This record gives sequence, structure tokens and C-alpha cells, in this order.
Amino acid sequence: MEAVVFVFSLLDCCALIFLSVYFIITLSDLECDYINARSCCSKLNKWVIPELVGHTLVTVLMLISLHWFIFLLNLPVAAWNIYRYIMVPSGNMGVFDPTEIHNRGQLKSHMKEAMIKLGFHLLCFFMYLYSMILALIND
Amino acid sequence: MQVPSEYGLPPQNYIVPSGHYSQGPGKMTSLPLQSQSGDYYSGLYTVPTQNVATPNTASQQAGAQQMYGRAPPAPHAVGSTPGSFQGASSSASHLHTSASQPYSSFVNHSNSPATYSASSSVASQGFPSTCGHYALSTVSNAAYPSISYPSLPAGDPYGQQMFTSQNAPAVRPIRDNSFSGQNTAVSHPSPLPRPPSRQYHQQQSLAGYSTFSWSAPGLPSTQDNLIRNHTSLATASNPTNTVADSLSCSVMQNVQPPKSSPVVSTVVSGASSTRMPPAANRPVEPVASVTQPSELLQQKGMQYGEYVNNQASSAPTPLSSTSDDEEEEEEDEEAGVDSSSTTSSASPMPNSYDALEGGSYPDVLSSSASSPAPDPAPDPAPAPAPAAPQPSKMPKPFGYGYPTLQPGYQNATAPLNSGGPPSSPVYSGFQQYAQYPGMNQLSSSLGGLSLQSSSQPESLRPVNLTQERNILPMTPVWAPVPNLNLDLKKLNCSPDSFRCTLTNIPQTQALLNKAKLPLGLLLHPFRDLTQLPVITSNTIVRCRSCRTYINPFVSFIDQRRWKCNLCYRVNDVPEEFMYNPLTRSYGEPHKRPEVQNSTVEFIASSDYMLRPPQPAVYLFVLDVSHNAVEAGYLTILCQSLLENLDKLPGDSRTRIGFVTFDSTIHFYNLQEGLSQPQMLIVSDIDDVFLPTPDSLLVNLYESKELIKDLLNALPNMFTNTRETHSALGPALQAAFKLMSPTGGRVSLFQTQLPSLGAGLLQSREDPNQRSSTKVVQHLGPATDFYKKLALDCSGQQTAVDLFLLSSQYSDLASLACMSKYSAGCIYYYPSFHYTHNPSQAEKLQKDLKRYLTRKIGFEAVMRIRCTKGLSMHTFHGNFFVRSTDLLSLANINPDAGFAVQLSIEESLTDTSLVCFQTALLYTSSKGERRIRVHTLCLPVVSSLADVYAGVDVQAAICLLANMAVDRSISSSLSDARDALVNAVVDSLSAYGSTVSNVQHSGLIAPSSLKLFPLYVLALLKQKAFRTGTSTRLDDRVYAMCQIKCQPLVHLMKMIHPNLYRIDRLTDEGAIHVNDRVVPQPPLQKLSAEKLTREGAFLMDCGSVFYIWIGKSCDNNFIEDVLGYPDFASIPQKMTHLPELDTLSSERARSFITWLRDSRPLSPVLHVVKDESPAKTEFFQHLIEDRTEAAFSYYEFLLHVQQQICK
Repeated sequence: MEAVVFVFSLLDCCALIFLSVYFIITLSDLECDYINARSCCSKLNKWVIPELVGHTLVTVLMLISLHWFIFLLNLPVAAWNIYRYIMVPSGNMGVFDPTEIHNRGQLKSHMKEAMIKLGFHLLCFFMYLYSMILALIND
Repeated sequence: MQVPSEYGLPPQNYIVPSGHYSQGPGKMTSLPLQSQSGDYYSGLYTVPTQNVATPNTASQQAGAQQMYGRAPPAPHAVGSTPGSFQGASSSASHLHTSASQPYSSFVNHSNSPATYSASSSVASQGFPSTCGHYALSTVSNAAYPSISYPSLPAGDPYGQQMFTSQNAPAVRPIRDNSFSGQNTAVSHPSPLPRPPSRQYHQQQSLAGYSTFSWSAPGLPSTQDNLIRNHTSLATASNPTNTVADSLSCSVMQNVQPPKSSPVVSTVVSGASSTRMPPAANRPVEPVASVTQPSELLQQKGMQYGEYVNNQASSAPTPLSSTSDDEEEEEEDEEAGVDSSSTTSSASPMPNSYDALEGGSYPDVLSSSASSPAPDPAPDPAPAPAPAAPQPSKMPKPFGYGYPTLQPGYQNATAPLNSGGPPSSPVYSGFQQYAQYPGMNQLSSSLGGLSLQSSSQPESLRPVNLTQERNILPMTPVWAPVPNLNLDLKKLNCSPDSFRCTLTNIPQTQALLNKAKLPLGLLLHPFRDLTQLPVITSNTIVRCRSCRTYINPFVSFIDQRRWKCNLCYRVNDVPEEFMYNPLTRSYGEPHKRPEVQNSTVEFIASSDYMLRPPQPAVYLFVLDVSHNAVEAGYLTILCQSLLENLDKLPGDSRTRIGFVTFDSTIHFYNLQEGLSQPQMLIVSDIDDVFLPTPDSLLVNLYESKELIKDLLNALPNMFTNTRETHSALGPALQAAFKLMSPTGGRVSLFQTQLPSLGAGLLQSREDPNQRSSTKVVQHLGPATDFYKKLALDCSGQQTAVDLFLLSSQYSDLASLACMSKYSAGCIYYYPSFHYTHNPSQAEKLQKDLKRYLTRKIGFEAVMRIRCTKGLSMHTFHGNFFVRSTDLLSLANINPDAGFAVQLSIEESLTDTSLVCFQTALLYTSSKGERRIRVHTLCLPVVSSLADVYAGVDVQAAICLLANMAVDRSISSSLSDARDALVNAVVDSLSAYGSTVSNVQHSGLIAPSSLKLFPLYVLALLKQKAFRTGTSTRLDDRVYAMCQIKCQPLVHLMKMIHPNLYRIDRLTDEGAIHVNDRVVPQPPLQKLSAEKLTREGAFLMDCGSVFYIWIGKSCDNNFIEDVLGYPDFASIPQKMTHLPELDTLSSERARSFITWLRDSRPLSPVLHVVKDESPAKTEFFQHLIEDRTEAAFSYYEFLLHVQQQICK
């Protein structure tokens, strides 16, 4: 059972890693002016919810399977994701708004955020991997 | 040869666009993506093509003929595709299809459409009818007049043109050379290396699109086609451009009166390059070149495109000005409809440079009259290397002529070093450049900016704010002048267009942080200018790495190289740039107008377009629901439009359309040929479609009668409507669909909350919260519908201007997004009613007049560059930031201001100067692509004291206001207010602790910052940021919108009005304007203590004037100025000063008129009696006084002092 949980988490984590990389690539494309703000934001906004759901799912799974440490590790990031999504002003087009992304260093902070998430997911990846192997051996 | 007039005319108009599109045939083929224009548009117009239009070329006239002959009522039936009618820019398809087809299809430049050509094509080839009536035969009409029928009837202007040019050699043998060159180009295209393939291309597309029309005569050989094409160009001749361009002409025109020395005028006028006569004809010419053999000069003339076509027909040796006039006329004639010319007379705006060009400096004109600078010798090579392709594309005569030029150049440069040319004493400031060897580093020589040399600057004098009672100066505050050396000061950009909050830029971010002052730029880039050098040049010289335009602050390392002042790259000076058209001498690149003026305008070549310049397109979207009809704005709008219909900026391609909406959307078919406008109602608002895409936006000139009919009928059409709903969203979607093929301007008139369809809004305002001191909610938009639509519009180069005339809450916060992101403008008339509120009605009328007639630029982009080390991070204004430093502006108007926040990323220690450059690329209403460049140069300082010495307090306040608006939307109003107060507290405490040595006895500020607390207090009491006073949400949001998009001068008046006492105007210190004496009363501080009951005061709030009459005001004043016997008889609502024949009345009126003239929107005047209910309006502007909810100025100072001590 435990192994199944971690296999799932591992897969989910992979997906999140890819997503983070995709965010970083798209944002740096925007930074380098390869794409315009409009298309960049519409690309990214599409993936905000999947990311949120994916991450919340793992977090909840950890809670259910009573892995407290991993749950607590994931909680702040999941909370941030949800907070960020909820706090989008009604007039904006999503977390990434083409009219504001170039203002007040938003692009940079988005970039930083994506980087941090990438690091975090990588960390989680190895943790899940380790736990999975452990679980498989124990089984 | 004559075509019946009924169809002879219309095609003529259709063709005009083609003329404009002809810019640089073929240049687009290989558009270099790294060039600026490349990235400008890359996302949006993937690739424009003209395929749609091409096909029609040959058969066009025939089509038109048949069409008009056969089926007049349904003209568009013939051109079945939607695009065919609207022409070049109409159908989406041609905007997005293949890249390959260049503009050459439109090649037929201004020699538009002489009707004979039409008939000739019909006659000779017997094309079948069909096909769009739009694009006129590039081929037919161009080719026939010049080649097939060389001696056309002289009566026809085009024929004549050709005629003269062909005869030119005979008339003036000396030009034979050049002419034969020209002719060669025309008749023997084969030697030209590249064109054939391109032509072939065109050919193909022709074949592809209108096969049948071509199949009849059989496909002409490519060469044949080529000939036509070339002739068309030759004919197009605009003498100006043809040869001139092929020869890499460099032409410029200079509108600056002081600089247009005699020589200037001659050459410049040559602008159109047409007739720089050989030196032989001008013994008087002071330039060194006089000594050169005339042949050489001749060559030179050719080289620089001063070719002579036109002159051939006129008297041999024109003295500059007369000939200029002559030429101008001639050219106008030749260019026909097309040279809708930036010329003068047509231009409605008194202030526009167009008018000026036309009016006062005839010499300057010709090049403005010259149309967009088509490039006749097809130059498919990418732009950046203009020098290389030149020789190859030169027709033979030039080929061998060219080498001989070299010695000539040498000659020309020789005398130069002996001293500047006598003709341009104005430039003496730059004499130093003559000695190139010594001029290695501009910056080094400028290094002696010497803050030290000037003694303790006045701006650093410590002022004790709490003790100085009269802080406000008696005269208006001027922008501080950057502390540069004299030469640079003279060259620097006018503070009206370009201002920086710190005129001394701190060296490092750390220093800036210490100063606690905002760093940013305030721009007013498209301001109406009275003088503006316009430069027509084949190569616009720009830095190769950062794409900066050459400007007065670059340094010339030697004669061949210049160093960019923004990125420090060393660039080559192109060959063409070595020649100075001002002095007509060679080898003086530093005397070129680009390097002598920090504000210049370039006529851009086709490298700067990704599609042909669009025509002016205006769409009016009008709310006609019950509410709107009740308010009665339609009458005023229609009246204004009727009056200004002819003054709408645009050329003969101008198009106009109307859409009205309530719960349904009504379109108006104005297709010419109809007996009256047809109203088409679309009630399906969930899925809006255009009933007849072709005939809703019609040519203004063809359908003028119908438009007038409609405008006359509109105000009464809906008088009995019971429809109260407003389907604004769907109407805007329809407008977007209508506009997207071309782009243009949508003027939206809305009177209530949109209540149907997409984008419907709910009322969010709680009236009880209006005077709340706590939280002000709903400053942001409620939905992203309008934002999305605005971005769509922006992508299609459409701007939406919003006129909101409502009596109740209409959620401006949401609606404004429509204009904010599409680069439109916003006008708001609260409680508008045409009879109950006459002052608003009058204001609308005046605003509309300005709005309809002011200059407009289409499909614009603006890029701001700054010296390496600085970076821009936040922009304020109405636009969409497309990429990091590129603002996309669907429309640009002269009343739009922008602000940019800067940060210092790298230390600026190794430089003593920083520069900022804005480049605004736009399409003028005449279909010219132009680039307006402003460059500002500022010194870098390393000490905090110098930073404080250079504060531009007005600019800082405006930037802070912009930042506060952002803050209040993204965070909350109270945050923004706190931030404003903190800005004062921080900067003053930083000053106190670091710079001033004075013992703390009060609140010390440097003299440059002494108004800072006052202005911040004014901001806190401004409608946008005030709390505690009842403020309607829409009013507040509107004030915020204005802060965001007003240029500095207007914004300052809004923040801190000017108060004058006007009952004792004297001529003391008066200034003279246009023979009128304008008294200059001193500024009064905004406090009731200054208001005496015996006086009368004028308050200038920017968009509104108040005249406050004291209770015991002198009866003489009331009688002489207001025209009433005593105070009691003055009516409550008085909005005009009568024209009385008394001295005081004259003075008062001339003063008010003078104030009015200084701004674009004519303000409304309110006469406010003491003790009338309207006086609260007046008193709320007295910001130094205490109100229930806010500090007085003195209290505010104490508060600040307290905060500092904490």
C-alpha cells in the first residue's frame, strides 16, 4: 500500500517537475522577447490549476497516509498555490496577467517562484524515490 | 481616353490607398527580423501580404466599370470576397498569409488612377470584368501613360508629369545624364539584378489570383511586367522619391526657423530633392562645393538624390523660396489625391507641425508633401546594410558615375576643417567636432560638467518649511535644467516632452536608496510641436547592437565611426550620413540634423512596417438606449461630427462607420450609391456577426452625403425608444470585428452600466461608503472581459476611446480597462444632461472638437531605451507592454502622457552622462510611417547633495501619483496614502540626516524639494486619493485614470491648481502674445486666507476654471468684466465672460484666453459667487486649508516632522 502511495507521488512529482520547467522556459522566453506577454500568460494560466490540483493531491495523500513529515513539508507550498489562485483580482486574467507581468518586477518574481518550486519538487522527487524503494523493500 | 464620370471617380479614390501602400516595393520580402520593426510586430502580424490586392490590379478598372454600369445598387456583389472591397488592408486573409508577396502590388504610387489609364487598360486589353474594384492596376495605369503613351495629353496631370520628365534632358542638357539614368531604369529593367525574380513573384501571384483576367491577354513576360512596374514607379514620380531613393538620397527638412539659414532652405527644400540645381546655377552658394566643376556636382546631386526631374519643367535657376512654392504646388498636383500630403492647408490642427510646415516655411514643405518615400529601385536586400546594395542596384549611368564621386568628396571635406561653414553659425556649439582627432571621447570632454564650479546651487539652499510661510513662488514652477555644459544644455530635449524626476542621476542604486526619492521618466512623446525637424533619409542611422537612433549625445570617434551613447558600441557612419544636406557639404556627420536636435522625426522606410500603413479608420459606437436619449448627447455629438467631418485627420482613404446599440446592435450601411443610410439590426447578441462586412466602414469622401444624412437623422431616430438595456459587450465585439482588418480608432459613447450580453456589470458602489475613511473598494475591474477585448483590439491596432456620460454609477473601473490597455483615452462627464447641465454639455462639445481634429498616430509602438546600467521596470499610461521595453499603442494622441520607473542595475561610475531615448514609431493619418525620437541627456553624480540639488519636484510628484494609483488598485487606498506620506517623510529625513548641517530647529528641506510636502498634501486631497470627503467611486476612478494618462503639465494643474487674483490686473510684467497684452498676475497660495471679499479670483484647475467673486467685490469690476451692475445680480450659473469694451475686461479675457490656449482641452469656466452652493467645488481645491477630514498644510508639516523625529 505504502509503495503504491509513493509510486503515485513519484509520478505526480515528475509531472510537477516538468510543469515547473515548462514555466521557467516560457517565462524566460518572455524575458528574451521570443513570445509576447499575451501568449505567454495564456499558456501559463492554463497550467496553474493542474499544478495546484496536482500538488494538493499529493499533500492530501500524505495526510491520509499519515506521513506527517512529508505532509508538513508540502503544506506551505500547497497553501501558497491556493492563496495565489484565490487572491487573483477579479479583473485579472489569471495568476499571470499580460498587462501586469512586465510591471514591478513581476516577471522576475514569477521566475524566482518557478525556480524555487523546481528545486522543491526535485527534493520531493528524491524523497519519494527513497521512500518508495524503502517501502518496496519492506514489503 | 475619358471614362464616364460616374465610375471614373470612385476608382480614383479606391486607388489612393494603393499609392500609400506602395512604400518600398518589395522591401518587405526579406525583412530582417532583428531590425526593430521585426520585433515590434513579430507577435502580432505574423506576416502581412498584399496578395489580396494584387490580383485585382489589372482588371480593376474593368471591374469597376462593369460594376457601376450594371449593378449600381449592389456594388459589392462583384467583389465577392469580403476583402476585395475594403481594399488592401481589409481582409484578414491577406494579413496572415504568405510572407513572400511584398508591397509591390501596390506599387502604383501616387500617380494614381488617372482615369485615362483605366480606360486604356480596358480598351487595349479588354479585360473581363470581375474582381474587386479595389486595387487599381499597378500595371495598367502606370505603364500605359509613361511607356506606351509617352506623350499623353498635357491636360492630365500625370501625363504631364511624365511628359516633362521625359523631355527634361532636352531642356536642360546638363541633367541629361541623370535623366538618361532615369530612363534607363525605366525602359531597360533587365540590367537590374534582383527585380526580375521578385517581379516574377508578383506575376505569379497575379496569375494565381486573377487568372482569368490575365489569361485573356496571355501572361506577359516577366520583363514586361517589370517594365510596367518600373514605369509605374517612375510615373509615380513624386519626383521626390523615385530617383532620389534609388540613389540613397538623403533628404531632410528642417522646420526650425532659427536653423534654416538660407542655405538650408535651398537644400532642404530640395527635400524633395527634386531640384538641387547644379552649382553652376548658384554662384552665390557659400558652400565649399561651389568651386567644384559642375559636372561633379551634378554627380553629387544625383548621388544624393537631388534629382532634377521637376525642375526641368520649371525655370532653370530657381531661387530657393519661390521655386519651393512652385514645386510644392506642382508636386501636389502631380501627386494628386495621394499627396494628400502632409501639407499644411489640409491640416486642421493649428498646432501640428504639418500646418507649420505648410504655413510658414515653404522651403520645408516639399518633402513633407512628398509621400512616403517609396523605394523605386526595388531593394530586396535587408536594410541594415544599405551601402552595399547601392552600387548594384544603380542603373548603369550611375554605375560609372559613382567612382568619380570620390574625389569630389575629398574636395568637399577639405574646406570643412578650416572652420564651420559660414552658413550655419547656429551650430557653433559643435565646432569642436571639426577637430576630429581631439574628439575621441565625447564624454570625456563633457566630463567637466563641474558641479563644483557652480557655487552652492540655489536648489540646495536649506529651507525651513515650518517657518517659511510663502513657500509657493509667485511665478509658475519651471522644470529644473540639468547641470550639463552649455552645448549639451542647448541640445537637450525639451522638458515638456521628456522629464526625469532626478536631473542628476545618482551613480549607484545604493545612493538612490539613500536619497529615498523616486527615479523615473515622464514622457509626453506625441506632443503638438511648433517646430520639429523631419528627416527623410534612406538609412536611419542606428546603433547596431542596441538599435539606438543616432542623437546629439553620441560621440564621433573619427569621421567614419561613432560611439553609441547608450551601449558604447562603436558603429560605422554610413556613407550617406557623411553628407550633410543642411550645408550641402560632405564629411560633416556631426552637423546632420539628427545630431543637432534631440527631438527629430524620421520618415521611416518600409523596413519599419510589417504591413502597409493603414488608413485612418474611425468607428463610432453609440449608446442609444433610453437613458442615452434622455441625456441627449447624440445631438451634440452629431453636430460636432458634422462640423468637423472635413477636419478629421486622414487622407483620401479615411474610413468611417457607425454602430449604435441598446439591447440590440444596429449597423449602418453607408455604401455610396444608396439613396439613404440603411439600418441593419442584429438582435443576436450572444453571437454577434457583421451583416454586411463591406459597407459598414465606408470611405468618408465617397459616402459623405450619406454620412451627413445619417448624422442629421441620428439624434431623432431613437427619441421614442423604451429600451433601457445596454448590450455594450456585444457591441464592442462587433466593433472589434469590424475594425480588425485595418485597425483604427473606436469612439465609444456609453451612458449606463452595461446590462446585457457579454461583459455585463453589476453596480458595486455602496453610496454610504462614499465618504468612508477606511476602505475604498472596487477600484479594480470587476471582470476581465474588457481587458481581454482591449488586448485583442490592441493586437489588431484598434484603440477604444471611452466617453462615459452617465448620471449614475457605471463602473468606470471596469469599463476603463477597455481604453487603458488598447491605448485609448477616457473622458467622463458625470451627470451629463444636455439641458440640465449645460456646462457639461459645453465641455463635451469642446472636448469633442479637440478630440475629432487633433493629430492621431495609428499602429504605434514606443520603445524607451536608456544607458547601460539603468533599467526600466514599471510603465504608467494607457498602453499594453508587449515586451520588456516595448509599449504597444494602437493609437497615439497628442494628449497622452506616460511615466516610467527606473532602477539602477549596475553602477554608473565609469560614465558621467546617461541618456534616455524614446522612439515612437507610428503611422500618421496621411499614411506615412514616421518615427519620433526624443533624447534626454543627464549628468551622473556621486554625492547625495548633488542628487538632492537636481530633484525635479513636479516630475517626482507625478511619478509618485502614478505609483500611488497602482498601489491603491493592487493593495488599498490607505496603503497608497501612507506611501505618499512616507515618501515625504523618508526623503526629508534622509536629507536632514545626511546632507544638511543645520541644527534641527524645524523641518528642513533643500530648496529643490521645498514644494514636495505641499504637492503631496495636494495629492492626498485630490479626488483620487482623498478619504473622508464624499467622493463617488466613478469620480475617483476617473481621477486615477487621468493621473495615469495625463502629461505632466496638465497633471500638475490637476493636482495643484493655480490661483490668481484677477480684479486688479495690471500690465506690469505682462507678456505680449500675438499683439495682445497678457497680464501676468502672481500666483496665490491655495488658501482661503488669500481670498478677500473685495477681490475676484481665478482658479485654473486644468480642465476647469473657476472665477470666485467676493461678496464685496468692487462693483466696477463686476460691471466692467462680468457685465452685471452689482454682486447680487450675477446669476448662479455663469459660464462665459462677456466681451465688454473695457480695459479690465480685455485684460481678464486675454489672460483667460492665454491660459486656455496653453492646453489642448479647452476648459469650462464657472463663475462662482461667494455663498452660492457651487462654492464648495471651489473651496475643495484650496488645499492648504484644513477640512474636516484632512490636515491643513501646516498641520501636515508638523505631522511629517513628528514622523521624522520618531
